[in-house]
Amino acid sequence: MTENNGPATGMEPFAIKDCTLIALATGRKAQNLKELRDQLVAVESSSLYYHFWGGMLHPGFEEREYGNDLGEWAKHCLHDARLAERLAVIDPSGFEDLEEMRQALIDVVEERLDETESLTWVPVDRQFQFIRSQIVVFDTGRSAAAPEALAAIIPELAPESVFYHFIDARQRAPYGEDDFHAWLSAWGERYGELCRRLEAIDPYFTSLHDLRDQIAALFADLLKEANDVEPA
Amino acid sequence: MSNLLESYAEVAGADVVSHLQQLAEPLRGIRVVHVNSTRVGGGVAEILEKLVPLMRELGIDTRWEVIAGEGEFYKCTKSFHNALQGERVVIPGHLLQAYEQVNARNAEQLRPVLEPADVVFIHDPQPAPLLGLCPERKGKWVWRCHIDVSHPDRHVWRYLRRFIMGYDASIFSLAAFAQPLPHPQYLIAPSIDPLSDKNRRLGSGEVESVHARFGLDPDRPLILQVSRFDRFKDPIGVIQAYKLAKSFVPGLQLVLAGGTATDDPEGEAVYSEVRAAAEGDPDIHLLLLPPDAHLTINALQRAAHIVLQKSLREGFGLTVTEALWKGKPVIGGDTGGIRLQVINHHTGFLVDTPEGAALRVRYLLQRPARIEEMGVKGREFVRENYLLTRQLREYLTVLLALRHAGEDRIQLG
Repeated sequence: MTENNGPATGMEPFAIKDCTLIALATGRKAQNLKELRDQLVAVESSSLYYHFWGGMLHPGFEEREYGNDLGEWAKHCLHDARLAERLAVIDPSGFEDLEEMRQALIDVVEERLDETESLTWVPVDRQFQFIRSQIVVFDTGRSAAAPEALAAIIPELAPESVFYHFIDARQRAPYGEDDFHAWLSAWGERYGELCRRLEAIDPYFTSLHDLRDQIAALFADLLKEANDVEPA
Repeated sequence: MSNLLESYAEVAGADVVSHLQQLAEPLRGIRVVHVNSTRVGGGVAEILEKLVPLMRELGIDTRWEVIAGEGEFYKCTKSFHNALQGERVVIPGHLLQAYEQVNARNAEQLRPVLEPADVVFIHDPQPAPLLGLCPERKGKWVWRCHIDVSHPDRHVWRYLRRFIMGYDASIFSLAAFAQPLPHPQYLIAPSIDPLSDKNRRLGSGEVESVHARFGLDPDRPLILQVSRFDRFKDPIGVIQAYKLAKSFVPGLQLVLAGGTATDDPEGEAVYSEVRAAAEGDPDIHLLLLPPDAHLTINALQRAAHIVLQKSLREGFGLTVTEALWKGKPVIGGDTGGIRLQVINHHTGFLVDTPEGAALRVRYLLQRPARIEEMGVKGREFVRENYLLTRQLREYLTVLLALRHAGEDRIQLG
């Protein structure tokens, strides 16, 4: 169902997708920093994806202090605040791909190993369990022919759709760009300010519900501004 | 939308059900069979009771088969259960023989259903050998393990592993439970059914009726643990915690309500030990309930002020989920799946000792507002994470993933 078709533009409609993530055990575990380093070298990149972004699909009560699972483990299981802070600074959006991020993670852990005189072992039931994921993406049947129609749909998006279009999109080409930004860019400078503001959203410290509300507010505000200045 | 799906949409949200329908669309018409060892009693049967009709409503041709065994078979599988949870167990050869014979006998009956199925889910170790007994199988076979196998008895695991290795995938409740196996290991936490007798909303009369029925005083605080009389659930530790707290809260009452399952021959022995530990205290109520006492358990959970699940080992701990859904804070053992559900200071408290449990009981009974606040959070937490609809979504995802083996990204449509 394409909503609010508006005038013919020749642009492809924005198809609303939904997704679901299923977790898989990798069998890889780390009980100390050296094991963490060894596993980071070998683990599937889909595991890095899961430990940096997958948590967004699991609602919790507290904001994650260290942003990703590795940082949380370093702080709460290894009790190594210095390492936790260095791992927390690693933001997947800042890398060309997950392999580049993997190298950054290994560098941080190796640097910490060089600084550390002895290895801290965590209890067996506090080991870091590397998990990977498979993502299933499906079409919701909804689409928007124009940004105005998309603005009306965004407040109703399921959190998983927000995840797919705003988070997962960054792992797809063009790397680092969300789907809204990519689609709006094709409309030229009319939505340039909206694109810039979307780009400025930092999704790393927010829930999917908050993220949806932020995106919806940007669309609503900027489309209103665009319409206000548009000549009659 | 069918009546059943509509009912779930009312509790879990219409968007959740619409999500399920979209995921199930490419799976319409496939033949799925679930196999376990009991139709009543225990968490697995309770899940299948609703999961199966829901899968059917979504257009998936789903059957539920139960293997039939007798005394020696159940004795053997109870030993498996204990061994997989870490107890050192020596299982006599004749029990292992009974296990294999029962599976061979059941395979004769089930082969015409299992071999042509597109996907077969085998639940827990009881029916695990069926895979090897169905040589003409056409579909994918998945072993679904509901047990905490993080530290299994090595000998028993080695014995069972040979039956499990050949599966196309397995499903564990937590990453820590996964074992080295030559196939993908999916992680799916279990769930509760919000519409079942055990979890549905009750009228105040139904809740109050348990006071009179079991001699409980509605004006005094009540703590409750619901679980099989099983050593891993630490019922003795619960009695110790009650006795410690009782000296500060003299009116305290404890109910230990134990269900029994047809595949658990040890329950009565543990029940006797617990009765001895209770020392005739009139405020300790030991209830040996039949497996279908769902409404009674529901009412007891709603009547309690605090629910305990002081397990020493726990697969997932569905009784925790049930209590949280009823808006009760849970004091739970710091183990297994309880850790996923009891979030310290939010939905309850994790404890390691009877002393820790007693302290938290005293703390909460002194602060009724905290009980209320944690109860609201717990219910929402379950709504978002542990309802049957979430587990069904993950089963559907596994069904789709099995069709696209080896792909990290599966694009439908």
